[in-house]
Amino acid sequence: MAHIELNNELPGIRGLMAYRPETEAPLNALAEVLLRSDDNSLSRGERELIATYVSYLNDCFFCQNVHGALAGHYLECNVRQIDDIKENFAASPISEKMKALLSIAGSVQKGGKNVTPEQVEHARANGATDTEIHDTVLIAAAFCMFNRYVDGLATWAPADRQFYVDRAPQRALDGYQSSVYK
Amino acid sequence: MPHIELPTEYPGIRSLFVFRPETAAPLCNLAQVLLHNPHPTLSAGDRELIASYVSNLNTCNFCTRSHSAIAKHQLNSDLSLVKQVLADPESAPISEKLRALLRIAASVQLGGKNVTAEEVEDARKEGATDIEIHDTVLIAAAFCMYNRYVDGLDTWQPDNEEFYDKMGAQRVREGYKPSSINVTLTKELQTS
Repeated sequence: MAHIELNNELPGIRGLMAYRPETEAPLNALAEVLLRSDDNSLSRGERELIATYVSYLNDCFFCQNVHGALAGHYLECNVRQIDDIKENFAASPISEKMKALLSIAGSVQKGGKNVTPEQVEHARANGATDTEIHDTVLIAAAFCMFNRYVDGLATWAPADRQFYVDRAPQRALDGYQSSVYK
Repeated sequence: MPHIELPTEYPGIRSLFVFRPETAAPLCNLAQVLLHNPHPTLSAGDRELIASYVSNLNTCNFCTRSHSAIAKHQLNSDLSLVKQVLADPESAPISEKLRALLRIAASVQLGGKNVTAEEVEDARKEGATDIEIHDTVLIAAAFCMYNRYVDGLDTWQPDNEEFYDKMGAQRVREGYKPSSINVTLTKELQTS
């Protein structure tokens, strides 16, 4: 049971967004520009993967399944393959650039000061641009917020992981700004 | 030196806002709603205290000093009260309700699952409403983002009390709207 009375049955962050529309608007606008805007040299799948990995590190069940399903949808991977990347991205078949960016995201999750010049240099040596490094840090930081928001108020999440997989194609189509009631 | 090439005349999060205006807009709008807009019951000063308290727990110098100065101006107090809250909210001269909300904020900083039903119950006993508990959790969570953003890219953070104080007074006057962030530092403050 959630820590507060949300007056709705919606799961995860959607229940919180329906409860407080004033904060819903900027939160969804942030998710939309970070994860879904096509004016970005990182693909939607790559950005969803960063969100998934950080949510996994923060042990947020709802967020890692929502965004893991979206990453799987965009990257054409199944749940097992996304789980393998979360658990050991270094051994997974993703680009060296993505491995370098996930390593930076992992440091951000611990705290901003954990990001080292060497990690940034390594990402750059593998082709990452300043904007890609910026967006990686901000996506990782943003999910340190979203995850805390969802778990800090003890929202409920459907336990069946297929629920998230089934919803992903429609979410990919509709985007985050219409995400609350759908 | 920042990890990426940022405009050198802007400190902290403002250099990131100028670097990437697309993300600046929702980040500023979120701060505006959480910290500045009228709230049914939580004063802007109390909300700024939560922001600076969490920033201090995350050891983010720029955000701690910025929001401490804003809290000071919002509360019409002096900086020593804010510093007392940061150092030890249990003994600081604040309401029992705010003390209970700061305990929740400290748990959020460690990770969302650390917030206990007892902490929430204690806050409620001191008069906290559901919206106050919601906003406390979201302010604390949001500063776990802003702090990581500012430090994760190793932005330039001036060490100049006057800079933070002036900026604090300005935020109280103007809020956080994206149009308010383009403020160039004076020559004097830049060199410090």
